[in-house]
Amino acid sequence: MKYVDEFRDGEVAKKLAAAIAAEVEPDRRYNFMEFCGGHTHAISRYGLPDLLPPGVRMIHGPGCPVCVLPIGRIDLTIGLALEQGAIVCTYADTLRIPASGGLSLMRAKARGGDIRMVYAVTDALRIARENPGREVVFFAIGFETTTPPTAVAIKLAEAEGLDNFSVLCCHVLTPSAIMNILESPEVRVLGTVPLDGFIGPAHVSTVIGSRPYEFFAEEYRKPVVIAGFEPLDVMQAILMLVRQVNAGRAVVENEFTRAVTPDGNRKAQDLVSEVFELRRSFEWRGLGEVPYSALRIRARYASFDAERRFGLAYRPVPDNKACECGAILRGLKKPRDCKLFGTVCTPESPMGSCMVSSEGACAAHYTYGRHRGASE
Amino acid sequence: MCLAIPARVVAIMDADQAVVELGGVRKDISLALLDGVVEGDYVIVHVGYALTRLDPDEAARTLAMMATAGA
Ligand code: SF4
Repeated sequence: MKYVDEFRDGEVAKKLAAAIAAEVEPDRRYNFMEFCGGHTHAISRYGLPDLLPPGVRMIHGPGCPVCVLPIGRIDLTIGLALEQGAIVCTYADTLRIPASGGLSLMRAKARGGDIRMVYAVTDALRIARENPGREVVFFAIGFETTTPPTAVAIKLAEAEGLDNFSVLCCHVLTPSAIMNILESPEVRVLGTVPLDGFIGPAHVSTVIGSRPYEFFAEEYRKPVVIAGFEPLDVMQAILMLVRQVNAGRAVVENEFTRAVTPDGNRKAQDLVSEVFELRRSFEWRGLGEVPYSALRIRARYASFDAERRFGLAYRPVPDNKACECGAILRGLKKPRDCKLFGTVCTPESPMGSCMVSSEGACAAHYTYGRHRGASE
Repeated sequence: MCLAIPARVVAIMDADQAVVELGGVRKDISLALLDGVVEGDYVIVHVGYALTRLDPDEAARTLAMMATAGA
């Protein structure tokens, strides 16, 4: 496939690996966080750690939208289906996220909840059109990539007068999460999470552009290289990061120039700011309450806001005590550090959210990395 | 859910809709977030919406850079 196969070429990967090995300084450690679950997935799937010299360590970040959804948000969604009798439409990845009381959206469906998996929010609009007598709620999750489609849907619903449609908005913001990591005591004070640079998001950056990361490079002196989701993109980005570290530089570089510009997609940004505004605070799994890290629907579109429409009140619920997702999302632990990994907790029966989506650190390690060396 | 690969636009329809081809499979997508897409363009599709166009020159430049191991 064009623009895919070329970026998966094993021979080129070896060349890049050799270049990285030649350029790392022997006494130096290079700790890079890949923010996105998409990169985590690529790193595990293509076995990239095997290609990297021992001094280069990749740390998984919190950029997997399914992984960072807290239990309380899933509980709200289940409540809409089971108590309010609404049709709940959701992206497939959320179905198996563990919620309170041993439930998940999947199990709530088995208990009679009308929960439907959709590929696009436009499918939720269609379901609302087809069921005029029912409330139809779209469970809107994701970073800056899924937010513009949700904005388009709300505007379409308004234009059509589709008044049985609403959105449970759980959209979150990438820069706030990066900021939270950089400000965490583990990074700033304790040094338990050494961080020498970031691989910046691929698709999120197509929307927000490369500019929002400049602040992190300048203010926190951390290099950022935006990279595509193919294995060669990741290898090239690591090489660029190594070079920045060696040269003592900390700037934003863009490896994914075929899709990312400094300004991003202005049309998408405008639609988002027309429909959404910042929430004062939002709970993330692993990171806890993060100020100004998520969006909510503006008052102008209040009738499409499921939280207002159903008078929902958010109630935080602690994670399963044995699950280490929180520490993994903050870069403190690896999937193998969790006692449940691969035994009690598997993709078929996940105990935590990191085992649910294929971009989650635990699921990626389970699927692709289980038989690899102990360094993983 | 963030994994998305570039798809080729094979037909532009009404109302911001398009048909893309992805590894032999055709799919209806929305162009509501992008202006000026034409047939033959490659776009990155995410949850049914094209997020951005792929720049063929930049892709070639990146591949050339990789081929020389970033030199
Ligand atoms: S293996 Fe399962 S229980 Fe352990 S951290 Fe990962 S998701 Fe949580």
